[in-house]
Amino acid sequence: MLSHFADRIKDFNFDLLNRSIKSWIISILRLILITGISYLILFPLLSKISTAFMTRADLFDRTVFWIPKNFTLENFELAIIHMDYVESLLLTSTLALCVAFFQLASSTLVGYGFARYDFPFKKIFFALVLFTLIVPPNMVLVPYYMNFRFFNLYGLIPGDGLNLIGTYWPFILISLTGVGFRNGLFIFVMRQFFRGMPQNLEDAAYVDGAGYFQTFFRIMLPGAVPALVVVFLFSFVWQWNDVFFSRVFLGTVGEVDVLSIALRDLPEELDYWIEHSPYLSLIINAGTLLVIGPLVVVYAFMQRYFVESVERTGIVG
Amino acid sequence: MNIFKNLPLRQKKSIIGIIFISPFLFGFFMFFLAPIIQTVSFSVNELNISRLGLETNFVGLDHYNFAFSVHPVFIRTFFENLLYVLLDLPLILFFSFFAALMLNQKFKGRLIARAIFFLPVILASSAVIGMDSAQYATEILEQTSESVFLSGEFIQVFLMELQLPEDFIGYIIDGIERLPEVIRASGIQILIFLAGLQSVPDSYFEASRIEGATTWENFWLITFPLMTPVILINVIYTLIDLFLAQDNELVELIQDEAFVGAGYGVSSAMAVVYFIAVAFIILVVGGLLSRYVFYQE
Repeated sequence: MLSHFADRIKDFNFDLLNRSIKSWIISILRLILITGISYLILFPLLSKISTAFMTRADLFDRTVFWIPKNFTLENFELAIIHMDYVESLLLTSTLALCVAFFQLASSTLVGYGFARYDFPFKKIFFALVLFTLIVPPNMVLVPYYMNFRFFNLYGLIPGDGLNLIGTYWPFILISLTGVGFRNGLFIFVMRQFFRGMPQNLEDAAYVDGAGYFQTFFRIMLPGAVPALVVVFLFSFVWQWNDVFFSRVFLGTVGEVDVLSIALRDLPEELDYWIEHSPYLSLIINAGTLLVIGPLVVVYAFMQRYFVESVERTGIVG
Repeated sequence: MNIFKNLPLRQKKSIIGIIFISPFLFGFFMFFLAPIIQTVSFSVNELNISRLGLETNFVGLDHYNFAFSVHPVFIRTFFENLLYVLLDLPLILFFSFFAALMLNQKFKGRLIARAIFFLPVILASSAVIGMDSAQYATEILEQTSESVFLSGEFIQVFLMELQLPEDFIGYIIDGIERLPEVIRASGIQILIFLAGLQSVPDSYFEASRIEGATTWENFWLITFPLMTPVILINVIYTLIDLFLAQDNELVELIQDEAFVGAGYGVSSAMAVVYFIAVAFIILVVGGLLSRYVFYQE
């Protein structure tokens, strides 16, 4: 009897030991994988940070690895001058904030309409939203340019048409009307989110005598903050990184380019002012850091909120 | 207003609904549809800009003909592009699902790991990855670090031992070598998968544990079926993302043709062909997959 009991204890302990070894192996494997993948993600960033602070001498010094011997800010100074960084930063932030705000406004309204109301052709209209998502940007860019260069809303505005190229108006108009860059995706996200919100909330508001729009602004909108954050951030980031639309809509009229374009043109610009040499890559690295720097700072502060938000948006139903 | 008040509730609601979506309807018909029609019409017309303004001559399918039979690289880039996207798709999905499963577990430093894994969401499309001209300085660093992480060779030997078909091995090796790109393209997919995993109720796992199910069974019988709608969303998102990326080679080619190459007509024709191909693939893939999607309820 006693020996039987002892056996059971032994068995139990063995099982426990087995399990803890297993979980140890799993966490070590996980650690290796996560470290490896993090390394792959961070590597380009770290290498850019490392080289951006190097002097020419460091670049060809074989003993310099990762940490520059002669720490310098010269690369950043040159990048700032040749990219018109300060003006460009101001322009890019204003534009990205504008676009994000208007895209957010339009996709919230439209998404709510699709989530909560029934109307004729609803399915077809929603199919149109998805349709805007799969149209390659090439298909619309040049006509966009021509329509905004001679903007008369197909004859509704008298005269030869306004020239909106080089202003924010093309961005504002297409964002406000929900056909901007990836706007369909935001409409989809908002629709999914509102569909997941309990119907009773609105019913209660209606019973209390609130109107349709009052209910939307005072009940639904405050409840939708997680989804609003996600849409705003994505819209901001994508506009910040965008080259296609900015190049076409802002044209070559303005003296200052948005950051993404300034960065693209930086090699040429540097070639013109400074003779071509491997040294230029140091300045370009510094320029790249200057462009993504603000995004990384925003992300560092927002990322926690951002991750939680996506989890609560109910994109996944 | 009085007329509105006297309408039956259903009609009232549909009017309100239309008002809510009216910004999109306006934008779609005023700004979005016209460019598409114009592009289609440019693709069958020759554009001449003269002093009198824009002149168009109907040329039929000449531009399409040019794109397909005269243009030196269009066809090749087109099919290469389709092939790359279709090959990348499983890699990205597999990786992001795996990463999401990992990030969904509880361990120390999970928040930091998540923050790093989502970093590509803000950097992927940005210049940080695509700046070839800045590569010189980083190449020096890269040479020394290549061997640090999985080099393809070890895996290759391992897979050869398993006697798998050669094409399959080639695919896996290729995937491992392009792992950095796959990882960078997976940020949003990881985010969506993770959100999906969080929405699986714990009670399911509790119940199955009481029944004595293993982790492996849990995954295939609970997690995976519940994730199928998320997989569908991610497949479609990935397809759109890869096909329409601003640094997609074909997108760039079409854009270049418009201004410096064969002219705007040909570029339009290419854009139309590309659009049809993309729409077709997304519909087919989405249609096929949606048969296997499992919905609760």
